[in-house]
Amino acid sequence: MSAASIIERLAAHLGLEEGSFESDAEAKDPWVRIPGDRLLAAARFLKTDPELDFDTLHCVSGVDWPADDPPAIEVVYHLTSLSRKHWIVLKTRVGREGGSLPTLETVWKTANWHERETYDLFGVRFEGHSDHRRILLPADWPGHPLLRDWEWPETWHKIPVKPGRQMTERAEGGQMTGVGPFD
Amino acid sequence: MDLIGALGKGLGKDNVALTTVSAIVNWARLSALWPMTFGLACCAIEMMATGASRFDWDRLGLIPRATPRQSDCMIVAGTVTHKMAIRIKTLYDQMPEPKYVISMGSCANNGGPYWQYGYHVVKGVDQIIPVDVYVPGCPPRPEALLYGIMALQDRIREKSLLDDPREGRPRPEPASQPAGRMVEMAG
Repeated sequence: MSAASIIERLAAHLGLEEGSFESDAEAKDPWVRIPGDRLLAAARFLKTDPELDFDTLHCVSGVDWPADDPPAIEVVYHLTSLSRKHWIVLKTRVGREGGSLPTLETVWKTANWHERETYDLFGVRFEGHSDHRRILLPADWPGHPLLRDWEWPETWHKIPVKPGRQMTERAEGGQMTGVGPFD
Repeated sequence: MDLIGALGKGLGKDNVALTTVSAIVNWARLSALWPMTFGLACCAIEMMATGASRFDWDRLGLIPRATPRQSDCMIVAGTVTHKMAIRIKTLYDQMPEPKYVISMGSCANNGGPYWQYGYHVVKGVDQIIPVDVYVPGCPPRPEALLYGIMALQDRIREKSLLDDPREGRPRPEPASQPAGRMVEMAG
């Protein structure tokens, strides 16, 4: 099924008027942006509709847009149907401060870890998630580092986080620091 | 002076060898450097290659041990993230003295490609534990790691039993100055 018809079918199911949502069926990765409160309905429809049959969720990622009005984090879902051989990108925006989305782990189980990663790096909360913890960073890490206004801590458990003067001094002192293949 | 050299000088007609206790102990220590089985990233692949048949670090007396309690040296092979750093510190503290650390590869030396923007990577494992030998490379070839091991053996050979094994290792503060030296691999 072509990207345009996928978007059309999805919009018809969700009852979205034409022009009330953004989409691009001509993009290399065709995408459609839907409101956050319709996300779960959209995901269920994409997964269960026999014509669409999106059986694979590749990736859940985030994009931080602090300068937009209102400031938002865009959560991006890459979907593929292995049986129908078509794909679509689902985008939705969530408030930058304390925003949340419904979890999609009830639709695609793989969303569990992906959503944990998006929470870890962007601070987006996923309502109903069965295991809402950080996945990559230490549990007591300060903040969510892929936010554009995230500030590096000086130290974490007494370990310097920022690149310090130490290496600079050693390099200026003529010590070999060994960056890159030596041969 | 190593043991073989001492034997050559001191062996008289009564088969008496004159040497020093330090020489014997050092010889024993440097001939059986048991590293901890422990790898963090792609450098560990090269480390495994160094242990496998083509390069065979068993020639130098290295037998990987699966517990820090039986290990003499720790080869930090790979990227040290902050999450891993506290585990590395724990493992290092669990090793009995005397203990040695080889920092293998750019990441463990100074953060490598993550130096500028890698918020999650410790800028060198010497920020948390004292390093004896740094092996540069990204990742280093097995020859480079073998050279680093031999450099560590040279370093052990120079020690005296009267030396404090913790000398030059400021321990309590994790962010201490490194005690080690760089292995010069240029040429």
